[in-house]
Amino acid sequence: MENASVAERLRAALPHAVIASHEHRGDLSIVVQPEALIDVARFLRDEPELRYNFLENLCGVDYLGRDPRFEVVYHLLSFSNHHRICLKVGLPEADPTVDSLTGLWPTANWQEREAYDLFGIIFRGHPSLERILMPDDWEGHPLRKDVPLGYEEVAFTFNQEQIDAHKPYAQE
Amino acid sequence: MTSAPVATRDLSIPSPGDITRPALAGEKETMVLNMGPHHPSTHGVLRLVVELDGETVVNVAPDVGFLHTGIEKSMESKTYQKSLVMTDRTDYLAPLSNNLCYVLAVEKLLNCEIPPRATAARVLLVELQRISSHLVWLGTHALDLAAMSVFLYGFREREQILDIFELVSGARMMTSYFRVGGLAYDLPAEFPATVQAFLDIIDGRIDEYEDLLTHNPLWLERTKGIGILDAEAAVAFGVTGPGLRAAGISWDLRKDMPYCDYDSYDFAVPIAQNGDTYDRYLVRMAEMRQSARICRQALQRLHDLGPGPYVTTDRKIAPPPKSEITHSMESLIHHFKLWTEGFKPPRGDAFVAIESPRGELATYIVSDGSPKPYRVHMRTPSFVNLQALPYMARGYLVADLVALTASMDPVLGEVDR
Repeated sequence: MENASVAERLRAALPHAVIASHEHRGDLSIVVQPEALIDVARFLRDEPELRYNFLENLCGVDYLGRDPRFEVVYHLLSFSNHHRICLKVGLPEADPTVDSLTGLWPTANWQEREAYDLFGIIFRGHPSLERILMPDDWEGHPLRKDVPLGYEEVAFTFNQEQIDAHKPYAQE
Repeated sequence: MTSAPVATRDLSIPSPGDITRPALAGEKETMVLNMGPHHPSTHGVLRLVVELDGETVVNVAPDVGFLHTGIEKSMESKTYQKSLVMTDRTDYLAPLSNNLCYVLAVEKLLNCEIPPRATAARVLLVELQRISSHLVWLGTHALDLAAMSVFLYGFREREQILDIFELVSGARMMTSYFRVGGLAYDLPAEFPATVQAFLDIIDGRIDEYEDLLTHNPLWLERTKGIGILDAEAAVAFGVTGPGLRAAGISWDLRKDMPYCDYDSYDFAVPIAQNGDTYDRYLVRMAEMRQSARICRQALQRLHDLGPGPYVTTDRKIAPPPKSEITHSMESLIHHFKLWTEGFKPPRGDAFVAIESPRGELATYIVSDGSPKPYRVHMRTPSFVNLQALPYMARGYLVADLVALTASMDPVLGEVDR
């Protein structure tokens, strides 16, 4: 399966969905309209000659200072064609919302929860969009670029109370 | 055993809150059992919230994140070379596989050539790593089902592999041996003989483990027909590795999308049909034999290649040897620049996937042209595979839950990162 022909077929089938496509180091990436993501994914999954049947990877990226600020990156894999394709959707800072792919691939469930937890990206239609890696009472989304790396003070018996006093749960 | 089509089966992945909520009027009263995070048979800090009707699992919600250390975030503030040591700490049972995936991604960003000797050594070592990782899985899986001797035998052989890692890298576990451009140091002179000594015994030892388990009625009773994951559901949940192959799908990135010249090695991809705990056991056992087979070919290849460079000669990527630094000003500058500033891959992103012992391990790196990665994401097989657990466990007994969790071989360092 050739990169160019995949991009061509997608453009032909869904002309308004594709914003741009480019190749870097032999890998094909396609930037798609956030509203058209489900249609694009379903087309790529169900088209008999393409059959990208496997959602391999889903992750968020924060391009702070750029518009749109957030990007969600999807990697789809075709078992029959041994080919990989990368989809990207850009999401604005004011409303980082995109449709959930859990309806097409249940594997998107935890990966979308991770992107929500770490970047604050909202996946519309996700069955239970909760934090997965960070504690439930955590404030903010740690992998955003405007969150400093930060350090956690090590608690010993002599300073445990001082540290506890600064924690979010102390205010409750 | 035939199974219903996916559309009629429950593919939902509950969260703990779905299970711990009080029963609604008219709902059957069930018991909620909290298993873990410090339970020996969850193989790490995995918490399972289990809903039980008597001894039968009605539903189970895996709760993860106890081992989250922000590795992806930390990598953004380190240079590419320094980020490498973080990868060891994700899947701590297969650090070399993680090293490999990361360095391949950075090398793809840099578009740099790797000497054939380094590639052969990488293949040899990651296949040894696969055997050692499977031995830990085998030992702990058998231990969970009360077959203690396999654990002791398995760790005896694993120790030999760790000795080989110590020989080449100086560390038994956190090796960081693969570097961008090749290897950290050359292979020591006694390396071929040590590996050969191990390869001479391993097939016989795998026979011994199989003698203990494969036809053992107790083992069959506990694993056959337990935790069935069919092909359709495995693909839906994104399960890769032995879990996918035991369901009858022959998908192995080493074969299907080769990297590191895997297409030039002669090996088979073991598969099974039923997708139960026993089949996952059989697939992993067969995989160990295939890995040993690849190791022999790689060792022969290293012998045929003879001595040669073990790391790229591009001084903008890999530091010059110490001997050069003492008499070449340019080498000294390269050394200094690399360890203070690091190298700068061009802007762009790269995605590389490899077949780790647990399935498909992938690294996605975004470079903004600076010496530090802008974003690193690791698609770890344990994290994705664990989503299939509720599907596999419903309807079985609590004791089976222990067996089928072990057969998924999750490593929590990799789940939580």
